[in-house]
Amino acid sequence: MGALTALPVALPLLVAALLAGLNHVIKRRAALFVTIAASLATLWCCLELYRGCLANTLVYWFGGWQPRQGIALGISFAIDPIGAGLAALAALLVLAALLFSSKYFDTIGNLYHVLMLVFLAAMCGFALTGDLFNLFVFFELMSAAAYGLCGYKTEDPAPVQGAFNFAVTNTAGAYFVLTGIGLVYARTGALNMAQIGRALAHGTGDALVVGAFTLIACGFLVKAAVVPFHFWLADAHAVAPAPVCILFSGVMVELGLYAVARVYWTIFSGALGASEPALRAIFAALGAFTALAGAAMCFSQRNLKRLLAFSTISHMGVMVIGFGLLNPEGLAGTALYVLGHAGAKGGLFLCAGIVLHRCQSVDERELKLKLAPMPFTALAFLCGAAALAGTPFSGIAAGAILMHEGALRVGYGWMAWIVVVSGCVTSGAVFRFVARTYAGWGSEESENAAEGRIEDRPDTKEGHNHTSAVMWIPAVALVAGGLLMGMLPNLQSATLAAAVRFEDRSGYARRVLDGVPLVTQASFGGKRFDGVDAIITIFAGIALALGYLLWARARRALHAIALPLRMVRNLHSGHVGDYVTWLTFGVATFGLLGLLFLRS
Amino acid sequence: MSYLPYAVAAWLFVVGLYGIVTSRNMVHLVICLAVLQSSTYVLLLAIGYRTGAAAPIFADIPVGTPAVDPVVQALMLTDIVVEVAVVALILALVVQVHKRHGVIDPDKLRDLKG
Repeated sequence: MGALTALPVALPLLVAALLAGLNHVIKRRAALFVTIAASLATLWCCLELYRGCLANTLVYWFGGWQPRQGIALGISFAIDPIGAGLAALAALLVLAALLFSSKYFDTIGNLYHVLMLVFLAAMCGFALTGDLFNLFVFFELMSAAAYGLCGYKTEDPAPVQGAFNFAVTNTAGAYFVLTGIGLVYARTGALNMAQIGRALAHGTGDALVVGAFTLIACGFLVKAAVVPFHFWLADAHAVAPAPVCILFSGVMVELGLYAVARVYWTIFSGALGASEPALRAIFAALGAFTALAGAAMCFSQRNLKRLLAFSTISHMGVMVIGFGLLNPEGLAGTALYVLGHAGAKGGLFLCAGIVLHRCQSVDERELKLKLAPMPFTALAFLCGAAALAGTPFSGIAAGAILMHEGALRVGYGWMAWIVVVSGCVTSGAVFRFVARTYAGWGSEESENAAEGRIEDRPDTKEGHNHTSAVMWIPAVALVAGGLLMGMLPNLQSATLAAAVRFEDRSGYARRVLDGVPLVTQASFGGKRFDGVDAIITIFAGIALALGYLLWARARRALHAIALPLRMVRNLHSGHVGDYVTWLTFGVATFGLLGLLFLRS
Repeated sequence: MSYLPYAVAAWLFVVGLYGIVTSRNMVHLVICLAVLQSSTYVLLLAIGYRTGAAAPIFADIPVGTPAVDPVVQALMLTDIVVEVAVVALILALVVQVHKRHGVIDPDKLRDLKG
């Protein structure tokens, strides 16, 4: 197992370096083949690691620099099922994106494949590492590859601007993280997360600890696109090529939240444990705000890619509440939610890519009735929207019920309503897209409604009459995965056991620093799915879509919120200075609340 | 121990953020990002500093001589390497923005609104 541990990072990086070196020599087909083979091999490694760490957390010290008497000088990977699962998800999505893009682009340089592999290596390293500074380095590597992929179509004006906003906002976030890491090191003299956690647990949550937590958490929440740090996400998704969007929405954004969870549970949970209720309230407020604002923005878009981007923000809000419950059920629910969301949203983005490939546009108005000859695509959209709403057996439903269990345990039963509203509005927006583009519903009057137009540019030179099976397979597989994942037996119990282990700070420290095995047992005996919730969500979503399109009175009722909505929309100015202002405001608010309520 | 380096780090951080927020020129904006980043250099070096200690080169000093913390210096070096790549990438994006839009004033780029 030892040699395998570093492979998910080393293998894609080496192949990427090789491909970059041979850029001018190697044929496109060969480069594609090598890239797909490398991502398959990485996926296999991640799955093997996942299997290997089920019994016990795997710890690997690079260069054999083992810790002595609880002091770690070396750099370690500490692999538990949640980290390995996220790495495997990243590899799977990269594979799907590569398959899709093999027929999607007319011309794409070899460097696209190089960037994909670097992105994959960084995401794997980010999910597996046990060292705080290493986390920052992989964060930056992941970000740099993502900026490159986002602005890959440098010949168009919008992608370069979107990539610029993305890059500046996320880099500023990374400096917040680094400053926080510096403060933590100043206090503990350690960079290994287990060792820091052990050192901090002896003290209390004073101003320095709270300040460091604020800086690190907010820096990672920029990546997680939580309001008010979310502005970059819609710009980046609207302009990035469709196959890249599935990586951004499916796993990169979630990794931001993963880092907050990892850092909290290994480092800060000891020192800040006394003020858990206050922290829970802060995360719940952040999440609820994100879920509702994202949903409202989602429904008011007419560019499908931007619509799906805001839908991701809304679902991130739900995930933040789930993690923020700070109990194993909440975290396990979030993990399943991430998987289900990756399937549904990845599938929807690939379908958007298919539409863009055929029709050269993803603008809902321009596409009116244009999808009528493509019933299969419309069906895939409907299935994806249903998975997003959380039909029984979907990954999102499997996660939502666990989250609900966790919420009830701490008296946050109201969060079920946030899940329902987020699912209903975001799926309703997709239902509306299908109703208008496939069936042509919706009167002309609704043209004046609060939907905004964003210039969209095709990823290819001209429209195509044919969609290759190689593009269909990943799209259908992802949608089907998101829709049916919950049927796997034991899914919820296994995830719950993984979450219990994830949240065991002292057990993690003993495992990493002293080599004591960490064994956890947990099983989930509750209801596996809540059919009523799912049916309410889906029917409310359909009703929202159809009501908006067909029933003038419903539309007018929605216009009642048009003014606040327009104000929120106007905040999304596309101006990077505004985005960084909001970022600073968010960090300052979080820090102020932290100093008031988290100090002990 | 002096508080001056920490004050300098905080000042650079705030000034960098202020520059990014108010910038009217994207090249200037990226340089402000680099200023923001240099605050982390000062912070890291200040954390590892010990008054009167030697440089952490252990080849020609007697055993037991106090030395400043080499770990933060390594962090800072890594930080520089990472940021060279990122700043170069963002500057390349600025060049592309200028080619496609003809301007590099963020106020005049409003393709991605709402």
